[in-house]
Amino acid sequence: MIDFIIELFHTFFSTVQDVAPIVLLIAFFQILVLKKSIPNLRKVTVGVIFVIIGLTFFLIGLEKALFPIGETMAIQLSSYDFIANGNVENVNWKSYYWIYIFAAAIGFSTTIAEPSLIAVAIKANEVSAGTISKWGLRMVVAIGVAIALALGTFRIVTGTPLYIYILVGYVVVVIQTVFSPKDLVALAYDSGGVTTSTVTVPLVAALGLGLSSVIPGRNPAIDGFGLIAFASLFPIITVLAYSQIMELIVKFKKNKTS
Amino acid sequence: MTRIALRIFHKLKSAFFDLVPIIVVVCFFQIVVLQQPFPNLGEILVGMVFVVLGLMFFVEGLEIGLFPIGENLSHALAKKGSVFWLLLFAFLLGFATTVAEPALIAIAEKAASISVDANLIPAANQNSYAFGLRMSVAFSVGLAIMLGVIRIIKGWPIYYLIIGGYIVVMIMTMFAPAEIIGIAYDAGGVTTSTITVPLVTALGVGLATVIKGRSPLTDGFGLIAFASLLPMIFVMAYGMFIF
Repeated sequence: MIDFIIELFHTFFSTVQDVAPIVLLIAFFQILVLKKSIPNLRKVTVGVIFVIIGLTFFLIGLEKALFPIGETMAIQLSSYDFIANGNVENVNWKSYYWIYIFAAAIGFSTTIAEPSLIAVAIKANEVSAGTISKWGLRMVVAIGVAIALALGTFRIVTGTPLYIYILVGYVVVVIQTVFSPKDLVALAYDSGGVTTSTVTVPLVAALGLGLSSVIPGRNPAIDGFGLIAFASLFPIITVLAYSQIMELIVKFKKNKTS
Repeated sequence: MTRIALRIFHKLKSAFFDLVPIIVVVCFFQIVVLQQPFPNLGEILVGMVFVVLGLMFFVEGLEIGLFPIGENLSHALAKKGSVFWLLLFAFLLGFATTVAEPALIAIAEKAASISVDANLIPAANQNSYAFGLRMSVAFSVGLAIMLGVIRIIKGWPIYYLIIGGYIVVMIMTMFAPAEIIGIAYDAGGVTTSTITVPLVTALGVGLATVIKGRSPLTDGFGLIAFASLLPMIFVMAYGMFIF
């Protein structure tokens, strides 16, 4: 119990440390540059305290509930006992199929719970006057992360170079950008960076480094990293695809009515 | 009183629904695939309660705290009409929020120790290498947010800049040492923390609302995209410079 309270305080202070530079910066600008106080100062302060408490609880909960079990699962799923019943001869990239499914499932589900994505979804919903639904955007981004992690773990298992995948992904993004409606392009680009924060990064980094240390012939220095890069590229592709599909549907409907 | 209780209940419910996919995935793999009982089930359940409460507080705090601050500041700075202060604020916001980011510190340390193990840098330089990596990422994020704000002011279409950035990344990938590439690509994703994202989004959307001729949807987003692109370029440049 005492350990738990110490951990709680530890996480709380590191979150405060995270927020402190921002508070200082904003205070500096409000007082010295703009020379006026923040409207609704009390309410806003309560909001910032809520954010700090919320992040602390969230991180503590994740550390207790999700991270240990996620790591054990990744190790168990990639162990030889599970994959080939100890029969090392017949192991090839197909033997790891549960790893790909696991990576996709965990990528999807953690993205749904990602706080920064929730923040962007709230804003996008507000700005688009409700045409972009909060859940819709989060689902589309989560599907992107799921594909990304399945492909990323496949890359670690096969040992193919990272940059080939990323470069091909970029080319796809460029082609999609040319053809997709321009009003959602910025949001799509943003959704790449947003997905990979509090929840996804630690879990995904552990998955990548764990997997590349278990699989023979992989070097964690070269193969362990890179999963996050996948996770920040594929949501761009799925969000752009989503906006293209929505446009097609709208066109189709118009043709039908006219 | 009942109104507050209802509101809390509603928020708790939506925070819980955010977690349902994780619960389903973990249960499925533990019970159906691995066929093992849960280790320390009690601790996991307590953790889940904390996660739900945390999400609820976070989202509430966003709506009454972080979003209004970001928007209010961007409105005030835009009204003040001084591009210098606006750009300085943008740079410092990116720099200050990234330099202390725990995920970045963790990744920089890991990258340094891996580079020492691989005999790329002498062990004595491990700490200064990690520090340099952190600084180059933080500086690049500051620069990225600033660049994004300039884009909103000028109304440049985002895709030219981002695609241009991609081309730079592709060219640098060909010349950068293999050990740094994975770290550089990851650095892009890591930089945008949970507190930075809402503030930066509010800043962009706020500016695009105030400046005439800009649409909040088309022009307001995109700051985070820059913040994930530039660190890749800077970290690769740092790698080429050090090795």
